[in-house]
Amino acid sequence: MKKEILKLRDVKVHFPIQAGVFNRVVGHVLAVDGVDLDIFRGEVLGLAGESGCGKTTLGKAILRLVEPTGGEVKYISKNEEETEITSLEKKEMDPFRKKLQIVFQDPHSSLNPSFTIFGSLQDPLKKFGVKSKEERRKIIGDLLEAVNMRREYMDRYPHEFSGGQRQRIGIVRALCLEPELIVCDEAVSALDVSIQAQVLKLLMQLKKEKNLTYLFITHDLSVTEYLCDRIAVMYLGRIVELCDSEDLYQNTLHPYSEALISAIPVADLDKQTKRIVLEGDVPSPVNPPKGCPFHPRCPKAKDICKTDVPKLRKYSTNGKEHYASCHLIDLPEIT
Amino acid sequence: MAKSSLDKKFDQIRKREEEKTFSTKKRSRIVSKFLNNRLAVIGLIIFTIIILASIFAPLLSPYDPMRVDLRSMRQPPSFAHWFGTDSTGRDVFTRVLFGGRVSIFIGLGSAILSAVVGIAVGCYAGYKGGWIDVIALRISEIFMSFPQIILVLLLVSITGQSLFNLMAIFILTGWGGMYRLARARMLSLREEEYVQALRSFGLSTFTICYKHMLPNALSPIMVNITLSTAMFILTEAGLSFLGLGVPLNIPTWGNILNVAQDILVLQNYWWMWGPVGIVISVFVLCVNFIGDGLRDSTDPSQQG
Ligand SMILES: Nc1ncnc2c1ncn2[C@@H]1O[C@H](COP(=O)(O)OP(=O)(O)OP(=O)(O)O)[C@@H](O)[C@H]1O
Ligand code: SF4
Ligand SMILES: [Mg+2]
Repeated sequence: MKKEILKLRDVKVHFPIQAGVFNRVVGHVLAVDGVDLDIFRGEVLGLAGESGCGKTTLGKAILRLVEPTGGEVKYISKNEEETEITSLEKKEMDPFRKKLQIVFQDPHSSLNPSFTIFGSLQDPLKKFGVKSKEERRKIIGDLLEAVNMRREYMDRYPHEFSGGQRQRIGIVRALCLEPELIVCDEAVSALDVSIQAQVLKLLMQLKKEKNLTYLFITHDLSVTEYLCDRIAVMYLGRIVELCDSEDLYQNTLHPYSEALISAIPVADLDKQTKRIVLEGDVPSPVNPPKGCPFHPRCPKAKDICKTDVPKLRKYSTNGKEHYASCHLIDLPEIT
Repeated sequence: MAKSSLDKKFDQIRKREEEKTFSTKKRSRIVSKFLNNRLAVIGLIIFTIIILASIFAPLLSPYDPMRVDLRSMRQPPSFAHWFGTDSTGRDVFTRVLFGGRVSIFIGLGSAILSAVVGIAVGCYAGYKGGWIDVIALRISEIFMSFPQIILVLLLVSITGQSLFNLMAIFILTGWGGMYRLARARMLSLREEEYVQALRSFGLSTFTICYKHMLPNALSPIMVNITLSTAMFILTEAGLSFLGLGVPLNIPTWGNILNVAQDILVLQNYWWMWGPVGIVISVFVLCVNFIGDGLRDSTDPSQQG
């Protein structure tokens, strides 16, 4: 039986836009605009979508690195206690900070240039009760070895490392408090292709060893199929499709996902499908289009799409749950 | 556990990475870059000499800077009095040495203290943002939009002349610039991912901004400290020349220069104001060279 680790309910992150002498709020960037999502223990959930659709913001909102402006994020512990974490005080949040961690995209700004690796990693350990220095050095050293680096590297400065090494150090940092869920925000996209594959394999190996759950953010649907158990596709701050990763490719329901999938380069020429080219840019999240947010670019758009917002409905493909938000799906809705 | 193919591949990558010998420490790179800047090195040498000479003034000069000696008034430079004597027979060289103590103390002290205040406020406000930041910003704007010299004159006439009043005034007028510098650096640093990572551990604001972020904001601040030291020394000299700075009985470079107000002295006794003027200019120039050297060597966009 699958058990949830996180339940997001109608999560919203609206950034105020300030202008003028008095910093009056003149509008909002609707970076994340009503996301419902369950993340199960032990799964790899992919989160895909074009640049600017709010993936990073959603990932950060889960860790409260940006404060959600609405909705709920519930953490469900191993013995099924449910806690709503967005309303917790700073101190009360600490036990959950341990459980939820993040690996960032940019290996160049992810490490503090003024500190050695040990220097920047020891404060979190200290805070969470690893009092002796030897113990902290042991924990960090062991983790460095777990990501195929040498223990001694902990006394070096970040500029002495390559991008791939820095990214592995970022993974060490995320692992140092034995988290349960890690948000991997495009954790490999800044790396060389040859090193990308190695780091991905490493992430998967660590997941198995340490029983982790990943929220795997990417804008590249070509890697997700092999890594993820399920995939959520995001568009303009909302989830438009959520299903088993195989089903996303075989039984695509949403026209936006179709377009993203058709853009993946295929090695096998027989399988080459016609590429759906999306017209225009992603609309601004400040004034998202009325009706279906995708309608100005959707090749299948009908009149109803301009006026009515499609809900994220539950369907079934291959005997599994499959969520999508589009008016034109002719499958029976499951309630 | 058997060695997986993944491990082997990593070993290969690791070997490749180690072949490129690791670059030397960042600090030594900054130092070597600074040492390559000839002006900065010359500046540093002269700066050190002047400071040491001031500190060890009693050892370098047999005279008392305050002792009036009416038998040897207005003597031109000689072997006994290198910079001559002034209108009351005091040895000018000794006064320049002792004056350096006070002037450098005022300049460096005010610069460092205003940096401390500016950094303390700027780091916290820049990192935290919100109303604290708005209030601090407005206060600094008030201080900075007031013409500094008028503010100084105003405060001197209110609080009276004393060394510590002068320093307090310098700090009051000087912290704003440091604050803005620190704040601007913090604003850009707080978006860096390592800061986000620290926040994801729920570390306290103090630990994050003063311990982890501040070291990365320091180099422009160091440059600014040197430049403000020069500026404060000049301002002190200017104010003392006008008779508004440090009380006249304490020798400072500005107070020594004060005698040049007298047209008779200016025309006939060049040694009473010439050497001290040159010392001020050389010192300020050296400090500026050091500042420029620091800026070039710590500027990350110029790091090879
Ligand atoms: N701090 C902020 N203040 C204002 N707007 C923001 C802020 N952070 C993000 N945004 C806006 O929110 C939207 C979503 O940004 P986000 O970084 O989450 O996108 P993303 O899906 O991660 O894109 P990418 O693939 O480029 O990383 C963007 O339009 C962005 O400009
Ligand atoms: S609801 Fe309409 S516009 Fe939106 S995706 Fe479906 S067909 Fe396209
Ligand atoms: Mg992003």
